[in-house]
Amino acid sequence: MFNTLTQKFSSVYRDLSGQSRLTEKNIQETLQEVRLALLDADVAHSVVESFIKAIESRSIGEAVLNTLTPQQTLIKIVYEELVRLCGEPFSGLPLQVSPPAVILISGLQGCGKTTTTAKLAQWLQTTLHKKILLTSVDIYRPAAISQLNVLANAIGAAFYVPGEESNPVAMAKSALEQATIAFYDVLLIDTAGRLHIDEGMMAELKAIHQAIHPIETLYVADGLTGQDAVLSAQAFHSTLPITGVILTKMDADTKGGAALSIRSIIEKPIKFLGVGEKTDALEPFHPERIASRILGMGDVLTLIEEAEQKLDRAQTKKFQKKLLQGDRFTLEDYHEQLKNMHALGGVGKILEKLPAAGQFQSMLADKMNDTTLKKMEVILCSMTRHEKNFPAIISGSRKVRISKGSGTAIQDINHLLKNFEQVKKLSQKFARKESREKLLRKMQNLF
Amino acid sequence: MTLLDRLKTSLSKTRARFTSGLARLFLGKKEIDPHWQEAIQTLLLTADLGPKTTEYLLGRLAETVARENLKDSDLLFSALKKELTLILEPCARPLIVDDFPKPAVILVVGVNGSGKTTTIGKLAYSLQAAGKKVLLAAGDTFRAAAIPQLQSWGNRHNISVIAQSPGADSAAVIYDALQASRARGLDVLIADTAGRLHTQSHLMEELKKIKRVLAKCDPSLPHETMLVLDATTGQNALRQVEEFHKAIPITSLAITKLDGTAKGGILFALANQYHLPVRFIGIGEGREDLKPFDATLFIEALFNP
Repeated sequence: MFNTLTQKFSSVYRDLSGQSRLTEKNIQETLQEVRLALLDADVAHSVVESFIKAIESRSIGEAVLNTLTPQQTLIKIVYEELVRLCGEPFSGLPLQVSPPAVILISGLQGCGKTTTTAKLAQWLQTTLHKKILLTSVDIYRPAAISQLNVLANAIGAAFYVPGEESNPVAMAKSALEQATIAFYDVLLIDTAGRLHIDEGMMAELKAIHQAIHPIETLYVADGLTGQDAVLSAQAFHSTLPITGVILTKMDADTKGGAALSIRSIIEKPIKFLGVGEKTDALEPFHPERIASRILGMGDVLTLIEEAEQKLDRAQTKKFQKKLLQGDRFTLEDYHEQLKNMHALGGVGKILEKLPAAGQFQSMLADKMNDTTLKKMEVILCSMTRHEKNFPAIISGSRKVRISKGSGTAIQDINHLLKNFEQVKKLSQKFARKESREKLLRKMQNLF
Repeated sequence: MTLLDRLKTSLSKTRARFTSGLARLFLGKKEIDPHWQEAIQTLLLTADLGPKTTEYLLGRLAETVARENLKDSDLLFSALKKELTLILEPCARPLIVDDFPKPAVILVVGVNGSGKTTTIGKLAYSLQAAGKKVLLAAGDTFRAAAIPQLQSWGNRHNISVIAQSPGADSAAVIYDALQASRARGLDVLIADTAGRLHTQSHLMEELKKIKRVLAKCDPSLPHETMLVLDATTGQNALRQVEEFHKAIPITSLAITKLDGTAKGGILFALANQYHLPVRFIGIGEGREDLKPFDATLFIEALFNP
């Protein structure tokens, strides 16, 4: 995500470095490159222009005063302006109303509304422990209602099957009644995809909105959208009081310019990013993190948050304790850690978020990819529990058995054992010096 | 209503933003505005043509202006129109299913939400209306309710659909459908696939598998692999074409959702860089709103108020 934009910016900065002073002329050159990078990233043209102007006027005024190098100053300014452009951090959803809190989901066709509705429901269930009722008022696309029904069943949320009504407004009203009677905390209403220039459909959306008084009216936007993103967002916003935006398909290699455009045009916060096909692939939006990711500073914070959510806390505690005792760190624990990495989405996902320059990342990814991880896992699965607890007993003949069982070479087993010893040594070293959390983070980065 | 009129209505939004801006700049003015390059650049960029194609067009125009010593801005306007037509024309190659042995196998691929299933429905309808016997394969076994979506379209238009249960192997469904269409002596088989982002390597592998399975029955299969692209997509459309093409050779494109305000400028960028035939454009929600792509008509509709 944002990968390409990150690389672009990196190259722009590389071009700058090596120059002892930043002259007015090469500010212009660099700014032109930033401009093209942003345009290539599908940031709306008008947004790009005002962004460049803001940077230009700021950098010319400030460069002299600062003790930073000119290059650092420019990075700082681009970063700050990017953060400003991305908007405020995710501040939660205003659910403190008398239940049910109604959330209305709107957007163009194919932007991912239905999937996003299910993801949001799951997020509300797991993060805020809310009792959710889902419903769809999409009577137009064949099988749209049953699509959400299937997803609702999959995440274990209640689904309200609209009765005989064939009118979306009446359907939304009866869902709201049901949610009130049955004491649901949140009612999520998925609507049909519609074109922002389709007056009839937009009027229908407005009528639904007026009938149910949602506390949150979300606009779902496709992260792959080009320059048109601002036009459609604007049109939706002028029909409905949009309160927030969810950007989908951000797991593609899209440069993500739509995020910057939509936010700066309709001035409503981006709340979440959709980052995968599964219903748990929804991330709260953090402008600083995204801006630093764009600038190549990595995004350790998101990773830690994810790790906290997905990993079994008790197990993590146990693991930390073992680590601190040094000697008692066994292959069994090592195995657990490998499994945890899978839970976090594999090496690629973790690397993407670590603060490292582009080339460093690809180098690492080359050495440590999911295939290596899988290999390590199968080797560990072929060991007996006794062997994992007392790795010292793994003799030549045991290695032959393990290699046959796992379909790997003896060298792979040796490599794993060596790796394990290194990790163990490191852990003993760090155990004395650093806090548990820091240590755990280091360990996770090590693999 | 003629096809040209229909296109004009559908593209009215595009035209309103795209060409009226151009016309304002050029038409009825004796002299060429000295800032014409900047102005055209802005217009092309905001139409999603992307930096690369925009630069290419500006270069060509500058050459023309210098070579022919253009002074009149009307002439510059028609020079731009000519350059745009030159880009699109080679890509306007319609789909002729009779060119393929029976049954013609069309595999439809694309990212999530690009409009594959809808395009398949419309395509099946138009082929059937042209007297072809059509079968659909519900190869999207992943997305919830994708199978009923295709089936309900099929029921509505009396086109049979071969489907298995959700989660089934997509290649197996398409294989079954191929056998069925051979046994029934049908003309065309259109296979749906699940939407997939081109960055998901395991899903790209699944596409390769479909290709392998089909090629085992006949190495020339599928006859057509059509990538469906959303016209609102920005520069990422180029990446989509590249990445899908790496997994499974793409033979043609269909561009959907041109009835919004999307300027479809990505079509020029795609045509300029990949030269793939553009078979269809989707210009509305009705079952007849999938039109064969015609460069001249497209540009006429775009330029003529």
